[in-house]
Amino acid sequence: MNVAQSLRALFLWEFVSAFGLAMRQFFSKKKTIDYPFERGPLSPRFRGEHALRRYPNGEERCIACKLCEAICPAQAITIEAGPRRNDGTRRPTRYDIDMVKCIYCGLCEEACPVDAIVEGPNFEFATETREELYYNKERLLDNGDRWEREIAKNLELDAPYR
Amino acid sequence: MSKQIIIDGTLIEVADGTTILQACEQTGIEIPRFCYHERLSIAGNCRMCLVEVVGIGKPIASCAMGVGDLPPNRDGSPREVSTKSPLVKHAREGVMEFLLINHPLDCPICDQGGECDLQDQAMAFGFGGSRFVENKRAVEEKYIGPLIKTFMNRCIHCTRCVRFMTEIAGVEELGAIGRGEDMEITTYLEHGILTEMSANVNDLCPVGALTHRPWSYMARPWEFEKTESFDVMDAVGSAIRVDARGREVMRILPRNNDDVNEEWISDKTRHVSDGLRTQRLDRPYVREDGKLRPASWAEALAAAAAKLKEAKPERIGAIVGDLAGAEEMFALRELMTRIDVKNIDCRQDGAKLAPSLGRASYLFNTTIAGIEQADALLLIGTNPRLEAAVFNARILKRWRTGGLKVGVIGEQAPLTYPYDYLGAGAKTLGEVAEGPHAFAKVLKDAERSMVIIGAGAYARADGAALLGLSARIALGAMEGKDASWNGFNVLHTAASRVAGLDLGFVPVGKGALNAQDQVAAAVKGKLDVLYLLGADEVDLANKGSDSTFVIYQGTHGDAGAHRADVILPAAAYTEKSATYVNTEGRVQFTKRAVFAPGEAKEDWAIVRALSAHLDHTLPFDTLTTLRSAMYAVAPHLARLDAVAPADRKGIESVAKLKGSTIDEPFVSPVRDFYLTNPIARASAVMAEMSALKKSMNAGSRLSAAE
Repeated sequence: MNVAQSLRALFLWEFVSAFGLAMRQFFSKKKTIDYPFERGPLSPRFRGEHALRRYPNGEERCIACKLCEAICPAQAITIEAGPRRNDGTRRPTRYDIDMVKCIYCGLCEEACPVDAIVEGPNFEFATETREELYYNKERLLDNGDRWEREIAKNLELDAPYR
Repeated sequence: MSKQIIIDGTLIEVADGTTILQACEQTGIEIPRFCYHERLSIAGNCRMCLVEVVGIGKPIASCAMGVGDLPPNRDGSPREVSTKSPLVKHAREGVMEFLLINHPLDCPICDQGGECDLQDQAMAFGFGGSRFVENKRAVEEKYIGPLIKTFMNRCIHCTRCVRFMTEIAGVEELGAIGRGEDMEITTYLEHGILTEMSANVNDLCPVGALTHRPWSYMARPWEFEKTESFDVMDAVGSAIRVDARGREVMRILPRNNDDVNEEWISDKTRHVSDGLRTQRLDRPYVREDGKLRPASWAEALAAAAAKLKEAKPERIGAIVGDLAGAEEMFALRELMTRIDVKNIDCRQDGAKLAPSLGRASYLFNTTIAGIEQADALLLIGTNPRLEAAVFNARILKRWRTGGLKVGVIGEQAPLTYPYDYLGAGAKTLGEVAEGPHAFAKVLKDAERSMVIIGAGAYARADGAALLGLSARIALGAMEGKDASWNGFNVLHTAASRVAGLDLGFVPVGKGALNAQDQVAAAVKGKLDVLYLLGADEVDLANKGSDSTFVIYQGTHGDAGAHRADVILPAAAYTEKSATYVNTEGRVQFTKRAVFAPGEAKEDWAIVRALSAHLDHTLPFDTLTTLRSAMYAVAPHLARLDAVAPADRKGIESVAKLKGSTIDEPFVSPVRDFYLTNPIARASAVMAEMSALKKSMNAGSRLSAAE
């Protein structure tokens, strides 16, 4: 043990510096937030709850190309397609996502040629039963309608980097 | 003579007449192509197959340039072809860019997506961008029938469909009008294409311009579970691939089999798939107080067994339908033998063919591929275009190479190739057989002549005499010629028939009733129990056959099921592994693609279960043991995909058949190509086609009357 070490030990330097650090944090601005009432910022690329979007005129975007179904690594998406009754265009008759299987990788969003399926900013969709997490087309379209403003904003913000 | 050529540094020798593209394929080099197709004539209009021939400044379309057509090098050394040079790469990228100029970017909604030549080749050979900023061409959609959906914007003008229609299907219904960018594929007048082979253009189309209407947008190719199987719609036994998703057969596509169907299938084979989903019998039924009510298997089998036990064996009959496999016929025959029933028949159409005459007497001895060597052909009482459409395409293929003389006795139907119309019925046949007729000389002079007798003749009351006459013609024409050539052919119309005859599913001994007699006996009240194994074409309804107890084992709620007192639901040909023997005697196996709906079971298992209720338990518990027992009876059934040449003695014994003939014109049994069996009758697509054909015929009759 040399002299410097002995002096530090004698004057409790370790204790003093630790106390100083604690006091500095004590008087600095708080990092934690009061979650349900306060929220942190989300990146425009955040991958939350899925939604099916519509065009501004109200028409569904999804054309049932099944690329999202094909690329989904968790095989969480199930689509059944067929010609739409009124105009014979290609549309999904069924679009289900098993949110329990989903790993939120965002590949469905990447694969979609018409920006129909997106992962929106919502992450607060916990449920009490498993069945509630089996989303169907109606539910996804509802999500789309509810979150359209945020989703469109996020897509716009992220567009320069794509 | 062979030619030498160096392809990418490999020297190979190719036969005369080989194109550069074929030579490349022989060395294992893939050349991208759109318009070239092995079975069609060469058009050379897509320019995708460009290669570089060293010493020739510009790229060469390899599909249209023969190796022999290349001028030799000065020193006589073989020419060198490069498929990987920068020039070729650049040329391919250029062609691809041009093709994509007017091709819409609608892959996500295109049904061809995932199995599209243009998509694949754009990935492999394209350059990944476009410099074209102008508007794309827009072409009006055309209506060309309920089977083919058109998206003419996507067309790249390869003209495969036009060539198929003209060369293979033999009807000039499709053509191209306009030049360059304005070129359009059209039927000229907007009407549905009605040839029996039309849907093959959907497979040929390298892009999504022609797609299948019945299953449009339903599924993607990568979702299917693919099962290789065989078709049972006619007696040709085309090789098919059954694509299923989940529990449903979504589509049926052709498979290559050079000996039988090449790579074509008829529209009925392809689009009958929706009939497999509708009108299905998915649970047993028992008739109570005149009404069918759902029952359990135990109940239904007990009811059937009780009646079979009660009745005297000579008052029991069994008829096998057109779609039954060999296994169930064998099982049923075994069961009937055990309960001493002799009235069994597999010829519900009343054919006068008999296994006792020898196997050659009821086979298509020349084989389907053998047609390509024939010089003269006599069609007797058959319309091959309706009875076996793929087979008719083979005749056309042979006719197109030249030198084939075709004579027809029977209906004067449009057969896609020209023929000499000899006469309508037995009188003409007699003249040809006895010799005074001019066509007899044609057959005798030809090196390889064929006689094809169809159900229009052999299924008549005087069928035996007509078979005799035909055999005498065939023997006369074969006399003193190549002994390996067998020109006597029977064209069957049902997939089950040859296997049935092979297994001897015919009345046993003298006095036993054949199918017709059984029905007649039932009508007279002389038959107590009638077992129908998928036999829907026997007409029992409204004829006062009420006293007969009918057990129907089958797949669809068709005529047989309507009349039945007990219904035993069975599996269709896509739902079971069964042996079928085609008209040539080729043994083929279907495979299970999906499970039978509801409580339906495989046919042989039903017969086996019934046998236990009758206290005559059949000694096989698995398909394997059944098969080994069956192979003991008919060993040739074990040789899959093989045609054993049948002994000619069979034809000689047929030639001895004599009798008086009825002077009536021969009429093909297939009146409506689209509705020949219970599965097709349950299909909405087939019904639509049938209705369209009827309306078109009515239309043409009107215009003829004007």
